Amino acid sequence: MNTLLPMEVKNLQEICSQVRRDIVRMVHAVNSGHPGGSLGCVEFFVSLYFKIMSHSKEFNIDGLNEDIFFLSNGHISPVFYSVLARSGYFPTEELNTFRKINSRLQGHPATKEGLPGVRIASGSLGQALSVAIGTATTKKLNKDDKLIYCLCGDGEMQEGQVWEAIMYAGSKEIDNLILTIDVNKQQICGSTEEIMSLGDLNKKISTFNWDVIEVDNGNNIKSVCDGIMNAKSKTKNKKPVCILMHTEMGYGVDFMMGSHKWHGVAPNDEELERALSQIKETLGDY
Amino acid sequence: MEKFELKDTRSGFGEGLLELGQENPDVVALCADLTGSLKMDAFEKKYPDRFFQVGIAEANMMGIAAGLTIGGKIPFTGTFANFSTGRVYDQIRQSIAYSKKNVKICASHAGITLGEDGATHQILEDIGLMKMLPGMTVINTCDFNQTKSATKEISEYYGPVYLRFGRPKVPNFTDPMKKFEIGKGIQLKSGSDISLFATGHMVWESIIACENLKKEGINVDLINITTIKPLDTEIILDSVSKTKLVVTAEEHQKLGGLGASISQLLSEKLPTFIEMVAVDDSFGESGKPKELLKKYKLDSVNIELACKRALLKK
Repeated sequence: MNTLLPMEVKNLQEICSQVRRDIVRMVHAVNSGHPGGSLGCVEFFVSLYFKIMSHSKEFNIDGLNEDIFFLSNGHISPVFYSVLARSGYFPTEELNTFRKINSRLQGHPATKEGLPGVRIASGSLGQALSVAIGTATTKKLNKDDKLIYCLCGDGEMQEGQVWEAIMYAGSKEIDNLILTIDVNKQQICGSTEEIMSLGDLNKKISTFNWDVIEVDNGNNIKSVCDGIMNAKSKTKNKKPVCILMHTEMGYGVDFMMGSHKWHGVAPNDEELERALSQIKETLGDY
Repeated sequence: MEKFELKDTRSGFGEGLLELGQENPDVVALCADLTGSLKMDAFEKKYPDRFFQVGIAEANMMGIAAGLTIGGKIPFTGTFANFSTGRVYDQIRQSIAYSKKNVKICASHAGITLGEDGATHQILEDIGLMKMLPGMTVINTCDFNQTKSATKEISEYYGPVYLRFGRPKVPNFTDPMKKFEIGKGIQLKSGSDISLFATGHMVWESIIACENLKKEGINVDLINITTIKPLDTEIILDSVSKTKLVVTAEEHQKLGGLGASISQLLSEKLPTFIEMVAVDDSFGESGKPKELLKKYKLDSVNIELACKRALLKK
């Protein structure tokens, strides 16, 4: 599969670079937030919002005749907010308000102030796949042929509700749904292997009547786009589709990679400078 | 006393839901393997495309319900009150209440009159749990007719609703033509000696108590509080201004229930002595509904006694 022209690859890579700058600057500004998982999922978000999904910037909560995305691991809100702003849902200056009082950009995504692009609150883990199934079902009832996308963290697979949802979607043939699992093998207290082994996710989820594909390099924009397009080609075939997207937590900032330590820690002034020196400003900082 | 047909409130829900199926194509229903108990089978049979059997997976059911609202559906979830609240509190809190989703959480087998199944299933904390959630409407209906009307009415209201009803057959005494009004109490008897505010199955027990008290010359101002949140503060304050004495009756824990809501209101607006008929910091147990109401001091006799105790304060 070859979905991207060389120019598109370059263009998307530039967006990824700016989103990474946004992420580290946002969490640094308030000395809190979750840079690790956010950095690891940049290519996924940029692929979805700038290449794959059919979506309107005129935000409407119902999203009729649009592809809809749900973020389940809400703590990676920095990447979500940056991509929403950069794709036109709200002004990029608003990224300055992240986690501050009176902001629409809550620590974890919320709908209460009507932030365009957010359709469900998430943060307490394990819930949005169920929500995604509900909206996928509404799309079927409405004879709306667009797709539902959902992202979960791999540590999040330890939540029981996720398996209720996986069982339901497989059993009821929810085939307009693509779940992506960010397999970075890290969680707050250590590696997923140390904390509670996830075992063979591919085998486990396949057994629940899902089509499962792997994206080996979730930080390569071309691999991610190809992977999602491949997943898309498998929809509407009586099975939900799952992408196991192998990423590196903290990708793009050398000292944040290869460890769980940057899951939920903000860089200090010096670390911010070191991080920014590694990430090119492409679209202008907010 | 007038005789009324005995009918269960859950059947009122089932009938209301079935009519909604005909009247509103956006109404959909979900059930966690309790279709017969919730009386949702008629809806399931008539509208199979709009009915979702989710299996024994209540957390997933609440999330799916939240998702169904995106795109305009009005989901009604059905399971026992215990599994509709305590088991799935965080799902309701984050995916429904905080996210302002138009989900109708319909809960049967609430309270101690669930009977023989015992304390694991007899939730007595659900009103408290649900009323604490910002933006949640909490309704507890008293008979078949009221439950049916409430079921239909909540489909017209936009926002999350907890609709609480029960298992046993109880006298069906309210007017079938009366349209349910969210947030409105209903004056059942007028009196000036004492205000009695009752909800759910305790309304009928309160009516019996009032009839007996009347024979002793005690005139009770009896009000059916159908909606615990938002509370009908006007009807409560008007009544208490007149009687200056309060008894509350509910099939729920004293801590966090209707009595607690009224106590809070009165402490702020009109400090008044209150006697609460409710379960006092205890779990229930197996037994017949009537036996349990008696043992846990929730029956008409105990409402009469509570009124008499309260009158000693006057």
